[in-house]
Amino acid sequence: MSIVETVRVALASILANLLRSSLTMLGIIIGVAAVITMVALGTGAQRAVDAQIAQLGTRVLSVMAGQSFRRGVASANRVSLTVDDYEALVRDAPLLTEVVPELSGGRQIKFGNKNLFHDVVGTTPNFPGVHAVDVRAGTMFTAGDLATRRRVVVLGSEIPQNLEMAPESLIGRTVAINRVPFEIIGVFEEVGERFGPEPDDRLFIPLTTAELRVFGQDRLRGLSAQVVDGVSLEMGMVDIERVLRREHKIRPGEDNDFMILNRRQFMEMAQASTEIFAYLLASIAGVSLLVGGIGIMNIMLVSVTERTREIGVRKALGATRFNILMQFVVEALTIGVLGGVLGIALGGGAAWALTELVNWNVFISVDAILLAVLFSVGVGLFFGIWPARRAAQLDPIEALRHD
Amino acid sequence: MAESAATSDAQPVIQVKGLHKHYRMGAETIRALNGVDCTIRENEYVAVMGPSGSGKSTLMNIIGCLDQPSAGEYWLSGENVSTLGDGALARVRNRRIGFVFQTFNLLPRANALHNVEVPLLYGGIGRRGRRIRAREALERVGLGDRMDHRPNELSGGQRQRVAVARALVNEPSILLADEPTGNLDSRTGQDIMDLFGTLHQAGQTIILVTHEPEVARRAGRHVHLMDGVVTEDYLTQEPDA
Ligand SMILES: Nc1ncnc2c1ncn2[C@@H]1O[C@H](COP(=O)(O)OP(=O)(O)OP(=O)(O)O)[C@@H](O)[C@H]1O
Ligand SMILES: [Mg+2]
Repeated sequence: MSIVETVRVALASILANLLRSSLTMLGIIIGVAAVITMVALGTGAQRAVDAQIAQLGTRVLSVMAGQSFRRGVASANRVSLTVDDYEALVRDAPLLTEVVPELSGGRQIKFGNKNLFHDVVGTTPNFPGVHAVDVRAGTMFTAGDLATRRRVVVLGSEIPQNLEMAPESLIGRTVAINRVPFEIIGVFEEVGERFGPEPDDRLFIPLTTAELRVFGQDRLRGLSAQVVDGVSLEMGMVDIERVLRREHKIRPGEDNDFMILNRRQFMEMAQASTEIFAYLLASIAGVSLLVGGIGIMNIMLVSVTERTREIGVRKALGATRFNILMQFVVEALTIGVLGGVLGIALGGGAAWALTELVNWNVFISVDAILLAVLFSVGVGLFFGIWPARRAAQLDPIEALRHD
Repeated sequence: MAESAATSDAQPVIQVKGLHKHYRMGAETIRALNGVDCTIRENEYVAVMGPSGSGKSTLMNIIGCLDQPSAGEYWLSGENVSTLGDGALARVRNRRIGFVFQTFNLLPRANALHNVEVPLLYGGIGRRGRRIRAREALERVGLGDRMDHRPNELSGGQRQRVAVARALVNEPSILLADEPTGNLDSRTGQDIMDLFGTLHQAGQTIILVTHEPEVARRAGRHVHLMDGVVTEDYLTQEPDA
């Protein structure tokens, strides 16, 4: 019998058993699609975190104003971080290359007839560099602007959106912060959600201007510090602690009234948890794969009786073992390849939909596709061919009597 | 004891010697065939008879190369069947033997036409040739108007006729039929038997199993089985009535 005839017989058999064929295919499709989507999600999340780490660098420490404790009792009304502390760190902490203060609070913003309420941050020109934010339009303010306490503002990327204005067209326009007019000199690029300061919905003004014209006080919400290359973050933390404890006149044995956060630790935690997330998804995918595989196996084994009789009939009428085997190989291959292709399409489509519609990070991994396809198609092939092979070994009459 | 009836000078097609078929059922051994000797020559028309369970189907299956004997020899046209490999056996089943089963054994998901085409498929006949010959065979058994029906859309008698058409389609030299009229009314039964008669006159070797004297009467030779042995084997008065 020619290969063309064999293929024809196999295809006719697939069509004659459409329900069984499509259920088998479904098992493969579900397994493959689940693995592709889940692994794409897990890998995507991991890559997103890795990308943030790479982007932000891991040389940055954050110092937050905390509470001071006197004999275990929190005293609420103590200033714990001030512009003086910032200046002391710049002056006296040799292990820090950059120090970025943040003097901030929510303020009324007025532009034309629009009223908004946003966080306004007084900071220094090194903010974009340390926090890896790009300036999209205009410029960041300069040390000169700081020295002269100019009323200039750089906007986070959401502000132009809220004002329904193109970022470029806002440069040179005036916006009122607490009724004080500021000239818009720059707009930041969108950063999105991430660990660390999220600049998108904030406005940035020179520290000195913020202290004297907007907030009227010098309490910092926090500051960030970049550690000198080649020095460990821990050494940097010790340096900050030494300077601030001296500034705050904290005696030995007393607790710090500030907190130093090592962002890398958070990143590593995040990394660890996305890894767990990825493993979780991968195991869900693995379960789907297994269930799909069991489904395939089930269908194939349930149909063994019918198919064994069919093999008996075909052999009684002159089919050789090889004829039978080839028919079943072609059947299983067709179903397997078709199911695999549809599964890849469905899984890829789902991953695509998650990126496009829900804006999740996905990354389709070739390894996962290979694994899923090999497994599902392998199960399909094995359980499609193995019982047939056994039945083909029988005398026709035994196959015909099978029940 | 059985007396040998085959005294013609025609070539022996089938020769079985000391044929045994045993089934182990737990501690018990069922001797479905218990030493059968028989020679069948070209163009003989043999009716195998005997009570239910006497081993008729078992014998037919071995002669049809569908089953292997537990002991004994089977020579088909001077060839020892037990020495044949898978490919040679498949060729024998395909070209030499047409088998009508007691239980039809049609492919349930294929229509009548496709069922009848199967032997031609494994015989290497092209698509168009298969179609033509399968149609002819079905028309010969009076099923020209049921070609696209599946077995479950046919009556028992119609299924049996599909099975007969399938057995005949590849023009086998030996036609084996296990109760071919068992499920037919006397009218269609007679049509089938007339067909067998015509085939026999054209040189076909036929072995059939039957319980009906009407059917057996047409055969030129009767072989009686009882408990797995041949008890009687004789030529009839009026072969090919
Ligand atoms: N696969 C089997 N396993 C065990 N015993 C079997 C098997 N096939 C047949 N037998 C036994 O062998 C004996 C002969 O069976 P066979 O089918 O040849 O009888 P038969 O003469 O064709 O009967 P019937 O006229 O009812 O068709 C019976 O006793 C049966 O029970
Ligand atoms: Mg029987």
